[in-house]
Amino acid sequence: MYGLFLRHFYLITRSFPRVLDLVYWPTIQITLWGFISNFFATHTTYYNNAVGVILTCAILYDFLFRTSIGFNMLFLEEIWSRNFTNLFIAPMKIGEILTSLVATALIRALIGLIPAVLLTSPLFGISILDLGIFLFFLFLSLYLFGITLGILVSAGLLRYGPSFENIAWSTMFLLAPFGCIYYPIEILPELFQKIAYLLPLVYIFEEARNILINQTVDIQNIYNAFIWNGVYFVLSIALFYYSFNVAKKKGTLINMGE
Amino acid sequence: MKNLVEVKNIKKNYGKNEAVKGISFNIKEDEILGLLGPNGSGKTTTIGMLLGLLKPTSGEILINSQKLEGNRIEILEQINFISPYIELPKKLTVKQNLTVYGKLYKINNINERIEFLSEKLRLGGLLNSITGELSSGQKNRVSLAKALINEPKVLLLDEPTASLDPEVGDFVRSFLEDYKKEKKISILLASHNMNEVTRLCKSILMMKDGIIIDKGNPEELMNKHGRKNLEEVFLKLSRSKNELN
Repeated sequence: MYGLFLRHFYLITRSFPRVLDLVYWPTIQITLWGFISNFFATHTTYYNNAVGVILTCAILYDFLFRTSIGFNMLFLEEIWSRNFTNLFIAPMKIGEILTSLVATALIRALIGLIPAVLLTSPLFGISILDLGIFLFFLFLSLYLFGITLGILVSAGLLRYGPSFENIAWSTMFLLAPFGCIYYPIEILPELFQKIAYLLPLVYIFEEARNILINQTVDIQNIYNAFIWNGVYFVLSIALFYYSFNVAKKKGTLINMGE
Repeated sequence: MKNLVEVKNIKKNYGKNEAVKGISFNIKEDEILGLLGPNGSGKTTTIGMLLGLLKPTSGEILINSQKLEGNRIEILEQINFISPYIELPKKLTVKQNLTVYGKLYKINNINERIEFLSEKLRLGGLLNSITGELSSGQKNRVSLAKALINEPKVLLLDEPTASLDPEVGDFVRSFLEDYKKEKKISILLASHNMNEVTRLCKSILMMKDGIIIDKGNPEELMNKHGRKNLEEVFLKLSRSKNELN
């Protein structure tokens, strides 16, 4: 028994991402649900006139989640199947690898999204299409942020190897409290609000609620979301290239999957 | 014969650890060069550098007269690699895997190429099989087909017959001999199977602690060290202090 305990103890203590993973989930769950509970305790009538708001936000968030996880999965699949080396010795530029993953992640996310959108109408009498033409911009923005997160996590996998895998699963949950998915930004403490305003998510979900509850459109929100998306997207690409070069120096690429 | 691979004084450091300490060698057309050495001698690091997966700390690698540094994509089109430590996606059929790699290597007439390789490597009946469900010997032949899908000028083999039964091992060795002769390719063979190296290689590099400690053809090495076979030479060199620098 002690031997088995030691086997896992050594594994955990030798990997910072694994230690982080242990601390991370309880913290995130408590933070997220704390803010949600706070919001419902103090704003009991906020959603009275817009029954579908929570569900719409849930679908939007799920699209983001699917895009990001979908991208990470494509990368992880190559590690799990020990095909990683084959991929990186094929004559493909890094840009080509990223482009193909980005396109495939979109298809994966759409396959998951379409049934969810179709089901909300007959089951709950709600249509996400109520967001109108702006729905397209919100989805596009979420897609950009989803693949940006996917590229960032893949850069971590390149740099740190498979031990970074747990982070791949949890990035979305880290951002959930700051994304203001189910509550307005005012519910966050001031410091958290400042952080949240640096993310495109808050603009996207604020705007979705604005359209559904107030029946108005604030283009500035959509604009801000795209600006921040552009910034993070460029940063993520730069980080991916940097990680690839570090991996070539450190030898991560030949040890991946072992 | 032209040198298809030229390695000039490459070094690789991981922090303070010097994995490869400045080695040079060439591989000619129509040549199989054996790369021998105990575990941790720097063989895998050397192969990693030849594949562009590792950046040498210093030194230069030329493949088909082109520098690897700065021409990675063009060079990767001309080389390929097989190792028991890497696999093809298990859920795909053999044909799907070969098609995927045919596309990645931008092969025209993929179906013709797959047909040719499946005939040469006895894969005909396996093309629609799920790769993960194949035996070790079958998987090895599929990996070899993948490694030849781009008609490489340079083939890097890391333990190509490890875990194969004698019959399949012999088939793979015979195939490699014939293919090398027919296509005039260069092969770097890293192996711990001394009979295999003796049979396939006209020249051998012995590595230890990141340097080449001896080189020559199998017979020369056996005579030089007064041993009956390459395995005994290997054991002598592995246990001795480094001979050449």
